[in-house]
Amino acid sequence: MPFEPVILFFILGLLAGIIRSDLKIPGVLYESISIFLLLAIGLKGGIELAKVPVASLAGPALIVVLVAAIIPFLAFAVLHNVGRLARADAASIAAHYGSVSVVTFAVAASYLLRLDESYEGYMVVFLVLLEFPALVLGVILARRAGGDTRWGHLLHEVFSGKSIVLLVGGLLIGWIAGADGIKPLDLLFMDLFKGMLAFFLLEMGLVVASRLADLRRAGFFLIGFAVLMPVFAGGLGVVTANVIGLSVGGAAMLATLYASASYIAAPAAMRIAIPEANPALSIGAALGITFPFNLVIGIPLYYWMAVSFEGAF
Amino acid sequence: MGVQLSPRKLLTIICEASLEEAIAADLLQSGGHGYTITDARGSGTHGRRDAIWPASANIRIEILCAEEAALDILARLQESYYANFGMVSFLSDVLVLRPEKF
Repeated sequence: MPFEPVILFFILGLLAGIIRSDLKIPGVLYESISIFLLLAIGLKGGIELAKVPVASLAGPALIVVLVAAIIPFLAFAVLHNVGRLARADAASIAAHYGSVSVVTFAVAASYLLRLDESYEGYMVVFLVLLEFPALVLGVILARRAGGDTRWGHLLHEVFSGKSIVLLVGGLLIGWIAGADGIKPLDLLFMDLFKGMLAFFLLEMGLVVASRLADLRRAGFFLIGFAVLMPVFAGGLGVVTANVIGLSVGGAAMLATLYASASYIAAPAAMRIAIPEANPALSIGAALGITFPFNLVIGIPLYYWMAVSFEGAF
Repeated sequence: MGVQLSPRKLLTIICEASLEEAIAADLLQSGGHGYTITDARGSGTHGRRDAIWPASANIRIEILCAEEAALDILARLQESYYANFGMVSFLSDVLVLRPEKF
């Protein structure tokens, strides 16, 4: 099978939504599973982080974050100048694409695991660092023409949001406790991880099905953008990974991070920070097109790019 | 023993769940003494709000207060949120016990 089997659950959810099944994942379960996934991903990253000197990551992390800033700026320019989208809409979509999707990251990790391709476990640090800068850049892009922003509120929303709290918290717990300290929890956080991911993907399939109507509003330009932008960003990720000397698996993971678009943290932050932006456009593109594209085609493609371009830069 | 009831206003706001914190702060600033929030689902001009995930969740906020405070809150809502957010609000007459609470 060319893709990760766990995404079949996503397809099941999508089909169930399309045929208007009464299947519904209760909101509390969605919340619970997302808490579990964020914490488990943080813990895994923390355990791996404990194996490397943290100071040695500062340089690569800085490069990864700086290069990633190209993505929202380019996305904004394309959407606003070429696609003629309103400034607020272009900026909000740019923020979604500049930020990252934790679930896409988790699916890429399972994909590599199945291929027996190892990657730098501290990639989770990059996941955390890439989540928020684009949200701030998106608001700056939206406000260049004026308008006021409740910056305090936005920054609080971003940094106290559950995804940052749980990822960073999990990282720290894993880092402090180390692999041996976390071992008693392995049964819950490591062994059950994929099952939980399957549940979450089932739910995301249902959600995507419920947003399909938004795609009609999005139009062909935005649909094309939602496919081409992640491919470009994935290429940028492979180049950057080679510059900082990551393994093939690490390059595939960084490409996936760059290519993924946020659909949990970004929609919540943008709704408050850029209220005049139409959420149907950004969520339709990020969740309706880019998320499934990355699951089915993107991740294998980024891995292929990582293998093909290994050491080329 | 008769029950003493006093007239007050019940302001009900149905809006996107993402506004919860912002509106809660506004309510207290406008002279509301408290509020009740419940999760809500429904359908309207913003499509189906099925609460299937956080971005499509609604809430229903209820505030018991004096008319003056209710009008002040409504004015704030109109100014800050009506242009960009899915929101419905309505005011009704109610009778309450212990009017000093509201």
